[in-house]
Amino acid sequence: MDVEIAKRYGKIAGLLAYAVFVGVSFWRGYGPGEDMGRSLAYFTIQMAEILPPAFILIGLFEVWVKKQTVERHFGKRAGLRGHIGGILLASTTVGGLYVAFPVAYSLYRKGADLGVIFTYIGASAICRVPMTIFEASFVGLKFSVIRLSVSIPLVIFSSMALGSFLRNRNYRVENGG
Amino acid sequence: MIYLYAVVLIALISSFVADKTRTYKAIKIAYKRFSRILPGFVGMLVLVSVILTLVPNKFIVQYLGKSNMLTGTVVASFFGSITLMPGFIAYPLCGILLQKGVSYTVISAFSTTLMMVGFVTFPIEQRYFGTKVTVVRNLLSFLIALVVAVMTGIFFGEIFPWMLR
Repeated sequence: MDVEIAKRYGKIAGLLAYAVFVGVSFWRGYGPGEDMGRSLAYFTIQMAEILPPAFILIGLFEVWVKKQTVERHFGKRAGLRGHIGGILLASTTVGGLYVAFPVAYSLYRKGADLGVIFTYIGASAICRVPMTIFEASFVGLKFSVIRLSVSIPLVIFSSMALGSFLRNRNYRVENGG
Repeated sequence: MIYLYAVVLIALISSFVADKTRTYKAIKIAYKRFSRILPGFVGMLVLVSVILTLVPNKFIVQYLGKSNMLTGTVVASFFGSITLMPGFIAYPLCGILLQKGVSYTVISAFSTTLMMVGFVTFPIEQRYFGTKVTVVRNLLSFLIALVVAVMTGIFFGEIFPWMLR
């Protein structure tokens, strides 16, 4: 119990210290502190642009898509097809990891296999279509092709392993949202 | 970005027309999920701003620009792991590195860890999956990124050039 309370106060204290630091930096014109404030503002705006629509989609997903549908395509019975589905789904994701986590959580709640969830998360980091096209325009198609063909099998394999390992330990995803 | 909003708008309107009550429920669920995870996002935003101030892009370009391949790969994967950048900043950055003569291996290590390993997303991931799983998944992703970097190096002839003969 004490550790929990300590952690909580620690986080609040840290947040306050941060806010004071940035605030004072702007007041006193301290460069790095101001940069920090600007980064914060920039990324906050980024998140504010992506997260609300993403969560609305998640909400719509939760009320409209049946559990059987998710289980059939992403559940344990789907096997490898579930992982492929995870990759396909990930390729349409906008934003990357931080959007993938809430989506993955919703999928899991609707009966997706744990391993498939991890594949989806990993894939949403590296398989997004618009991002890959953008990447190829800067570092070349060959680079992207190598990256995808090496990473996708590895992501599937490691996610399967992690999923099985955790399932055997009766791991449950906590109510994180 | 626009297509995201277009899709959401179409979905929302269709849902509303089909079943008003369900649509309200969907929005309530969206709000609930979002507010539950919001502290995680705040933590991430704080971390990102701190990291990007400590390790700004110029620093990355400078440091990776004049390192050899081995230290470059190690440093690049470190930088990639701790930072978070949207794609439209990260890839131009890689383009600059490429122009400076940085090897594809190093660039691969940097960009793959950047995408797959989430040090700054730790607060969020940890809320859903717990600390242990978060650490393990990130470690696995880091290893995968290294393998990708090595394979990239091999296929570009930077590592074991004789293999391409």
